[in-house]
Amino acid sequence: MRGPVTDLPIVFDRVLVRAGLTTILDRLTLTLSSGSPTLVIGPNGAGKSTLLRLCMGLAVPTEGRITWGGRADAKPTRRAFVFQRPVMLRRTVSANVAYGLTHAGYPRAKLAARTAELLERVGLSDLAMRPARRLSGGEQQRLALARALARDPELLLLDEPTASLDPAATRGVEEIVRDTAQSGIKIVMASHDLGQVRRLAGDVVFMVRGNVREQTPAEDFLKNPSTSEAAAFVRGDLVV
Amino acid sequence: MGRKIMLDGLNAWQLIMSGDATLFAIVKLSLAVSLSAVVLAAVIGLPLGASLALMRFPGRSAIVVLVNAFMGLPPVVVGLAVYLLLSRSGPLGNLGILFTPTAMIVAQAILIVPIIAALTRQTIEDLWIEYRDELSAMDVGPLGRITTLLWDARFSLLTALLAGFGRAAAEVGAVMIVGGNMEGFTRTMTTAIALETSKGNLPLALGLGMILVVIVLAINAAAWGARVWSERQVG
Repeated sequence: MRGPVTDLPIVFDRVLVRAGLTTILDRLTLTLSSGSPTLVIGPNGAGKSTLLRLCMGLAVPTEGRITWGGRADAKPTRRAFVFQRPVMLRRTVSANVAYGLTHAGYPRAKLAARTAELLERVGLSDLAMRPARRLSGGEQQRLALARALARDPELLLLDEPTASLDPAATRGVEEIVRDTAQSGIKIVMASHDLGQVRRLAGDVVFMVRGNVREQTPAEDFLKNPSTSEAAAFVRGDLVV
Repeated sequence: MGRKIMLDGLNAWQLIMSGDATLFAIVKLSLAVSLSAVVLAAVIGLPLGASLALMRFPGRSAIVVLVNAFMGLPPVVVGLAVYLLLSRSGPLGNLGILFTPTAMIVAQAILIVPIIAALTRQTIEDLWIEYRDELSAMDVGPLGRITTLLWDARFSLLTALLAGFGRAAAEVGAVMIVGGNMEGFTRTMTTAIALETSKGNLPLALGLGMILVVIVLAINAAAWGARVWSERQVG
């Protein structure tokens, strides 16, 4: 079902984002290509969320430019986003997935079958008829994943999806993310959890104060970080 | 004096209990007119309020202020305007609906569209703050946004509809002018109360007043119950 055009690589060219007097991203240059999961890590306020929102097209740069597969005006049809606190629509679990499918232009006739498939994939089949807002935090996050996958994306952006989850729920979400990556969908995920980097990352984008300090394979980052901030971050020191 | 009021109250109670046919015809018409007006006003006011909440265009602030201000439209003024529109020589005179329940529905609907639209705009604007990122990420278009937000705000919007119903059921000026308060045809509870009071028939006026208050209470209680029940279902 993949079209010939692709949103990858996403190229940031000296992207500056300012909100009032605060500089959130400071002339950031970065290329995100297809392949294994990229984890965007760094302290709070480093600009991770803003970077992901720019990738999705939810925010626009104050200066500089972003291209998706070489195009500057790519509609987000091939991209999907999972928020730290996803909004559950006031309807059932399966209606939430069907909603995602409908708005991704999925044919109405195959809606029910595809919804069941996606719920199966995130392990929510038994809860299909429950009101979505009645789910636990971990279940809601898995539903958000199903709804994002409903868009049949080539790129899945996740903004600290496990930040407010307990270890068991985190594992559930990470398993789905890993499966998704193995199915060929590019993952770009913000995190401030080094354990998550070990478990999921192919490569790491390390951000501090609105800029990229390092972009390296995860193994190198964990073993020999090349900047002092990254070394401090890996040691577990507080980086601000 | 106090004794007289108690006696009137007693008579009113007897009138209600006896199932007086005239009285119940009046109650029925009042309910039919006000509920129809709410339905008509909702069809216009809900999408209007939601569009105002989501769309940005020049002059939007002026319209928002106008709609808010029109929540306090005096019923007699609305009645007069509708009267002028529908009277024989008016632009819509050939419809021939002046002094019919239809005209009363139209007048009450005009009266409460601003209430429903203004409350809807506020509710949807607040919900949009929560939903904006998620709906944008799902690439939901303008029309989809409006319908999604209206549906997801349905429990809160019930309050807007109830406010509209309360206003419609309570007003007397508009229905008096465009309905004419004709017995058995366009006489509502409020116009009957005004008339009977001026004639000195206090038992009937009081009886109608009590019924009106009880009905408004009952409808609000039922709506509240429905809201609590369905919120429990949907979360």
